[in-house]
Amino acid sequence: MVVLSLALIIVDQRSDTLKPLRDLLSVFVYPVQYVVSLPNRLFNNTLKSFKGYKELLSENKDLKRQHLINSAKLLKFADLEKENIRLRSLIDSSFKLGEQVLVAELLSVNLAPYEHVVVVNKGSRFGVSTRQAVLDENGIVGQVAKALPLSSEIILITDPNHAIPVQVNRNGLHTIAIGSGLLNQLNLPFLPNNADIVPGDLLITSGLGGVFPQGYPVGVVSSFVEQPDKPFAIIKAEPSAALNTSRELLIVWNNDQVIPLSKQVEGEGNGTD
Amino acid sequence: MVQTSQATLIGYWLTVILAMGLLIVPWSTPVLYLAPNWVLLILIYWALAIPETAGVGKAWFVGLLVDVLTGQLLGQNAFAYAASIYLSIKQHKRIRHNPIIQQSLFVCLILLVAQIIVFWIERINGQIMPMLSWLTVLTGGIVWPVILLLMRKIRIFSY
Repeated sequence: MVVLSLALIIVDQRSDTLKPLRDLLSVFVYPVQYVVSLPNRLFNNTLKSFKGYKELLSENKDLKRQHLINSAKLLKFADLEKENIRLRSLIDSSFKLGEQVLVAELLSVNLAPYEHVVVVNKGSRFGVSTRQAVLDENGIVGQVAKALPLSSEIILITDPNHAIPVQVNRNGLHTIAIGSGLLNQLNLPFLPNNADIVPGDLLITSGLGGVFPQGYPVGVVSSFVEQPDKPFAIIKAEPSAALNTSRELLIVWNNDQVIPLSKQVEGEGNGTD
Repeated sequence: MVQTSQATLIGYWLTVILAMGLLIVPWSTPVLYLAPNWVLLILIYWALAIPETAGVGKAWFVGLLVDVLTGQLLGQNAFAYAASIYLSIKQHKRIRHNPIIQQSLFVCLILLVAQIIVFWIERINGQIMPMLSWLTVLTGGIVWPVILLLMRKIRIFSY
């Protein structure tokens, strides 16, 4: 028994060969997770159905206004995207196409208390696979750590074992944000004391590493403390995503098709002009 | 060998599944660290009550399920559960006749063994568990009398 479990532990740590076993067992275990998350879900639903008529009206009004603003912004965005592709083709660099998303709902279950891992109700049966980026409406939430058939586990960017390559939106400074173990804090431990970064700077994903699509907000720098006697400063940031309140998450498919380089795009551009 | 009834076996699996549910109930963070390891407590109860049926093999399998349930390394809880249930079965004749307080201490010890095994494996895997997570050992011991009395009630009821 001991040998068997040690063998399992070692194999599971080093390779993916045990995935079928985990998938199989997870199907048995999923009902437990579902039932545990049920009271919370029922509570939310009843709360929703007791909302007043006036409240719904005002919410509807707000949403409509929001929608108008967003679609106006999108109009501009389409134009900017085309321009961006054209400019990039001029300097001979490739550009990734947009991404596809899937909405997944959080199961309110807790795993180990010292890990920031959450479970959502969409798994590999919906085409989810590991290392996919996960967003909510405000920014990056994390990435898919394990994709099981009926559910998947998502590691948050604030988990102490998670690092995400980021870029300062203001000046393009690259660095890495590491989880702190607190839900409202990220650490940027690899920037020198003279780095050009100030509280209030927006951090976006840099797209390096290939897991996270480029350009999504990650967090806002909240404090910058110089350490004259040490090589690196202490920089903290606050995640943009509402990590502890959002119930619906977006799982992103990184579209690997790259827009073809200069010649073809130029041809296309000439045709439309 | 004592023949255990079908009802007891059903009771075994039902309580284990219930404990698994309790294990993943989302509490707020301070309570999370205090929450005892329900599954292991239930397993220890059954190991002391019907050691012929609730053996190491079953405990190992339950541990494997818990690994999948909590998304941890496959085999880590299985190992810890199998080891602690082995200890409980070894000692069950002595423990059963002790007063409840002493049983609680023994249960604390077993939970500590399990926690140390998990701690080591996590450490090798590069995870560092915070000091607070050792508190579950203590709360497990405190909760033990409740579980014992409750389970006795349930078993008498099921006969």
